[in-house]
Amino acid sequence: MPYTAKIKVTLRQSILDVQGKAVEHALKNLGYHTVESARIGKYIEVIINEEELQQAERICNEICQKLLSNPVMENFSFELEQVN
Amino acid sequence: MADVTVGVVVFPGSNCDHDTEYAVGSFNAVKPRMLWHNDHDLQGAKAIILPGGFSYGDYLRAGSIARFSPIMQEVIEFARKGFPVLGICNGFQVLLESGLLEGALSKNRDKKFLCCQTTLKTVNSSTIFTSRYQQDQLLSIPIAHGQGNYFAPPEVIESLEEHEQIVFKYSDAEGLVSDESNPNGSLQNIAGIINRQGNVLGLMPHPERASEKSLGSLDGRGLFESLFQHIAGV
Repeated sequence: MPYTAKIKVTLRQSILDVQGKAVEHALKNLGYHTVESARIGKYIEVIINEEELQQAERICNEICQKLLSNPVMENFSFELEQVN
Repeated sequence: MADVTVGVVVFPGSNCDHDTEYAVGSFNAVKPRMLWHNDHDLQGAKAIILPGGFSYGDYLRAGSIARFSPIMQEVIEFARKGFPVLGICNGFQVLLESGLLEGALSKNRDKKFLCCQTTLKTVNSSTIFTSRYQQDQLLSIPIAHGQGNYFAPPEVIESLEEHEQIVFKYSDAEGLVSDESNPNGSLQNIAGIINRQGNVLGLMPHPERASEKSLGSLDGRGLFESLFQHIAGV
């Protein structure tokens, strides 16, 4: 049974997120004064055709490190869900 | 003596490939050859240039997909053997993604795509790419990028400084390197760095756009001259 990997890639806190800053200012301009900050990341869905959860996890970790994120400036996290 | 071949890699989305070809072709004793991203053959090139543009549409991150194209496997091998590789703008981004250079480039500090003339300070003139420049020589070379904000962890910056790997910094017309003369927010005003071995250089500014009188500046020619002198002895 394949797995859907729901992957989030976010900029590290130490990296200035200019898109997030622009959105944060826009929200404040709209009157949402309790909005403290906004940061923008990426959401990626990948279907991995593996039987074993462990194997799907290993592949997901590998593709996140190799291509989907840049470890110099980004973090990643993911959840795996079985596709029915 | 036959002309020495310089390879210019063409990725889908490269848009400075022909400018680079034109600039390379304006020098004696070297001949540009375009290398398609899907090929494996460097066609006898003695140096490789990765041009500017938006390889693979800058999808995911600038340079991230180009790094895995077939020709890049050969370019990485070529660089590891010590042959010269120059990455301009998007080419610099590809070199960082491929691990040939350290650090990363994120979006410009002021959110804008910047297309303007900048002053560069040559902070290391003893590389194979800068031997024709004087130490601290100021160069007028344009930038054109949305993601040129150089970042690296403090230990990497320290190591770059220690091994004199920072080659170009953004400065003002008097050579002062300051926050005011930093167009994109790059750490330490870094515009270009070289690897420890000294054969791989990446820079955000476009020397090929400052290689002809009608373009308003000839300051980029020294970079090509340095490189071609190194590979062809001209």
